[in-house]
Amino acid sequence: RTVEPLEYYRRFLKENCRPDGRELGEFRTTTVNVGSIGTADGSSLVKLGNTTVICGIKAEFGAPPTDAPDKGYVVPNVDLSPLCSWRFRSGPPGEEAQVASQFIADVIENSQIIQKEDLCISSGKLAWVLYCDLICLNHDGNILDACTFALLAALKNVQLPEVTINEETALAEVNLKKKSYLNIRTHPVATSFAVFDDTLLIVDPTEEEEHLATGTLTVVMDEEGKLCCLHKPGGSGLTGAKLQDCMSRAVTRHKEVKKLMDEVFKSMKPK
Amino acid sequence: MEGAMQTESKIRADSRTEPGPRGPGCSLRHFACEQNLLSRPDGSASFLQGVAEKSRERLIRNTCEAVVLGALHPRTSITVVLQVVSDAGSLLACCLNAACMALVDAGVPMRALFCGVTCALDSDGTLMLDPTAKQEKEARAVLTFALDSVERKLLMSTTKGLYSDAELQQCLAAAQTASTHVFRFYRESLQRRYSKS
Repeated sequence: RTVEPLEYYRRFLKENCRPDGRELGEFRTTTVNVGSIGTADGSSLVKLGNTTVICGIKAEFGAPPTDAPDKGYVVPNVDLSPLCSWRFRSGPPGEEAQVASQFIADVIENSQIIQKEDLCISSGKLAWVLYCDLICLNHDGNILDACTFALLAALKNVQLPEVTINEETALAEVNLKKKSYLNIRTHPVATSFAVFDDTLLIVDPTEEEEHLATGTLTVVMDEEGKLCCLHKPGGSGLTGAKLQDCMSRAVTRHKEVKKLMDEVFKSMKPK
Repeated sequence: MEGAMQTESKIRADSRTEPGPRGPGCSLRHFACEQNLLSRPDGSASFLQGVAEKSRERLIRNTCEAVVLGALHPRTSITVVLQVVSDAGSLLACCLNAACMALVDAGVPMRALFCGVTCALDSDGTLMLDPTAKQEKEARAVLTFALDSVERKLLMSTTKGLYSDAELQQCLAAAQTASTHVFRFYRESLQRRYSKS
């Protein structure tokens, strides 16, 4: 396994399974825990096998951007620290972290998961800014799927207090007692694939598999089957038919994830 | 790949033709080492734009890595310097085309050529190939693909906006047809260049 990792993998792939016993189209066990961080306005912890990502969302006041005065904004930040993998060094965010942050920003933008107008308090003067910090605690492959899921779960958990603008003093008054959930319009779910030897597609790659793969593909789909993002950063080519297979797998995955999320939030409601 | 071997290429390619009744025609011109001194200020400008630039760089790099036969040049680094002269839409596709031509000009062994094609979908589902900056802004979705020259397989894709699976297949098919034009243009311009010298 250490001397000839690719050959070792090929032997398993020939039998249509993987070293950890999964099928080619099978995901690792997904667990999600919501609302664990008390100091954050919304939080979630997602475990995809060994890959662990925690998401914390803080809502703060900010001036809306000048070109969109009636919109708030969401600032995602993915943090891949040496804690999660030997590959990363401490210091400014490396390339992988930046690419992941950009990916999450694109997903938020494209899927319109929340209406930015909902975040506006007073047009042109005050709006909510949601700072989403996604911290990876353990990197065992498929970081993008875990981050998207963590973000979605945390956003559903965010409670924003009611803000009224006092007419006389023109200051904002925050009513911490009255909190409301965000209006989540769509539920984008990411499904990642790794391409082996230009032909074989496996779902939810571990870190080892990502290294050995010749290419990766991430599909982000929402509940109507619409695609928010098709992220394929280079790597070996794929035909249209293979893409179709990926799409159908993504649809199934979306249903699984949605079911899991609904269960989690249903169990939380009585609180 | 470590070490340094910079692409010494200065190609002036003529207007790039794209299919469709409208022909944008944008002349691409890319430099490498001669411009290094000038590119330093541009280097800082690209860092200011930050994360979006990193993401684009990674896409271009991964696409090049997939086609370049790196095994033939161990301990070598290939630096591709792309300098944007003007951005009239479809920037990423243009960068990909420029990178491919530069690699060919440098004589780097590759397993296939690649080209970039951008597709825009507007609100009523009409497909537009190679959109201008204005069309990109107004479009519902913008999809950029990198296709290889051997089997027109999808090497790289990056998308913005919401679209359905059927629309994706449509765009991909359109991009594949468009790529034949781009590859023909590559061939013609290279023939022109080598027949002169």
